[in-house]
Amino acid sequence: MGESRAVVVRHVTRIEGHGNIVVDLEGDRIKRCDLEIVESPRFFEVLLKDRPYDEAPRISCRICGICSVGHATASVLAVEAALGITPGPKLRRLRRLNMAGEWLQSHILHVCFLVAPDAFGVPSIVPMVGSHPDVVKRALRLKRLANDICCTVSGRHVMPISYHAGWMGYWPAPAELRALEEQLVGAEEDLDALVELFAGLSWPVVERRTEHLASLDDGGAYPMMGGPLHSTAGTVTAPEQYRDVLHEYLVDHSAAKHVRGPEGTIRVGALARYALAHDRLHPRATDAAARLGLRPESANPFDYVAAQVVESVQAHQEALDLVSALLADPAPEEPVPAARPQGGRGVGMVEVPRGTLVHDYTIGADGRIRSANCIIPTSQNLASIEEDMRAFLPSLVGRPAPEIAHALEMLVRSYDPCVSCSVH
Amino acid sequence: MRPRVAFFSFGSCEGCQLQVLSVEDVLPDLLAAVEIVNFREAIDDRRDDYEIAFVEGSLVRPEDVAELQQIRGHAKILVAIGACACLGGVNAMRNRRPVTELAREVYEGRQDGVFAALPDASPLSSVVQVNYEIRGCPIDRFEFLEAVRSLIAGTVPYTPPYAVCVECTLRGTPCLLERGVPCLGSVARAGCNAVCPAYGAPCEACRGCHDVPNFEALGEAFFRHGMTRMLATEKLELFNNYREVRDAWEKAVPSSSAT
Repeated sequence: MGESRAVVVRHVTRIEGHGNIVVDLEGDRIKRCDLEIVESPRFFEVLLKDRPYDEAPRISCRICGICSVGHATASVLAVEAALGITPGPKLRRLRRLNMAGEWLQSHILHVCFLVAPDAFGVPSIVPMVGSHPDVVKRALRLKRLANDICCTVSGRHVMPISYHAGWMGYWPAPAELRALEEQLVGAEEDLDALVELFAGLSWPVVERRTEHLASLDDGGAYPMMGGPLHSTAGTVTAPEQYRDVLHEYLVDHSAAKHVRGPEGTIRVGALARYALAHDRLHPRATDAAARLGLRPESANPFDYVAAQVVESVQAHQEALDLVSALLADPAPEEPVPAARPQGGRGVGMVEVPRGTLVHDYTIGADGRIRSANCIIPTSQNLASIEEDMRAFLPSLVGRPAPEIAHALEMLVRSYDPCVSCSVH
Repeated sequence: MRPRVAFFSFGSCEGCQLQVLSVEDVLPDLLAAVEIVNFREAIDDRRDDYEIAFVEGSLVRPEDVAELQQIRGHAKILVAIGACACLGGVNAMRNRRPVTELAREVYEGRQDGVFAALPDASPLSSVVQVNYEIRGCPIDRFEFLEAVRSLIAGTVPYTPPYAVCVECTLRGTPCLLERGVPCLGSVARAGCNAVCPAYGAPCEACRGCHDVPNFEALGEAFFRHGMTRMLATEKLELFNNYREVRDAWEKAVPSSSAT
């Protein structure tokens, strides 16, 4: 029998929310390997019950500060599906622009502020202000651009304001869109430098093949605003049938539910989207993927970082195209009335920065929400994170406990988990 | 010497801490003005020798109480940031249902271990002394910067004592209440530059009520525009589900008078 050792990281840093890594080793044998989720349960699905549907995007965006545009979007799409509202092309463009802003904001925050310090061997971005001022200033410029996109569309990035079923409460003026366009054009150099920076960094390799899922747009666009759920196992599922594929279950060590796919663990997010839709990328993003050496068949979770860099380029290009299209036809679109005002069930499924997000509502004839269910990308990734830690551990067992802890923290971080979201 | 500063979060979305990171243009200056010694979301250091603690979130889990008391013990100045920490925020909406019912609906009835939750979600001031509050859901990032400036200068951070209606009027936003939209701007504390009405959503008083809210007038205005007492009650529940507001509202517009 080998020596018994424990690795414990209480409250992993540089991730959103509270999680602990708990590993028990006996010689080479892994007795326990958990990512404990110890975040506060907030019961959002119950909070939504009995509320008027117009409040749903504003209440549910409070699930998460980083993903609040994603929640508002999934929420408004669920309400629209329940009421029989099909938004027009300009409305869809405006909402997609805001999502592109959130993708850029979230990905830049993750790769530059949370992950890059690991590559530079420092505990945070703070010392990099002195040691790598160009890297920090560039990251701040890109983050500010992303914030400005969301402020222009919805008043602010954290807790977007203007979301309503069939209309938006604010329509950006041409002068605001022109100012954004100018900023977006000016940012191309920064994105190029971002790709260059990450192309020069290297990460551990943990190959573990598992099913990758993403909600693909029917129109052939890169997955963002949702559509049928595609799997690398070859299946395609309609959004409202998501329960056939995504099975939620409770585990003792996590206040966030885990989610299992038809074949066991699943991965969602940038890596899965790249696997399933790399052929839908803008040429500039495809070029970035080549420079980063990212392969569609990658089974290494550390490649989430490269995939997010590729998607940052994609989000920027999309924002540029969407702003141009909105400027070409800047008049607000008329609100779309409900074809089914008596309500019913509606599912909103979108691709948020961390993966596939589902909001599933039933709305009564009185315009109030009868029931709500939300499935969060991080919940879908939790079982995979733990399996990947198990796959990573054999290459680490000989090392001192703090080194093992640091390596596992880096692995958890690469997924960019959003713990508050996952518990909601 | 730079003041040593820490950030902590309890039951919340961590959006207020994100707002702190969203002052991109001046973030390097902020990092030069204060020494951040604890901020789990962004840095690895975890020191307890901080002078100012910014705390986000409501008390939701049983262990939150002792953890907050510990922070209070270390900090000279404790600042509650955001609606969850100052008022209970959206978390407190759940207080109208027993926690056993919530657990049944979400966690198959489990209330043990990681699933444990306090009977009520409550603001920080229910357990410790809070020196200052930065209101809002989320906090305004520039108001946060102003508060840091005040604290460094040793003065009191400013919060407007008047209604959101004042700010709507100043920025020229047409009145939503006049159009029959259930807006709480007349009782809500300003400081947000009335951003919600400007972007097409009613004010939901996420910054709490101002110093002299006239609930009677709020009720009259709702009735005049064809809205019910229940609608106003529900709106107040979103961010102001605590006793003082419930009592004041009941006193001004008794439920027996419901139209």
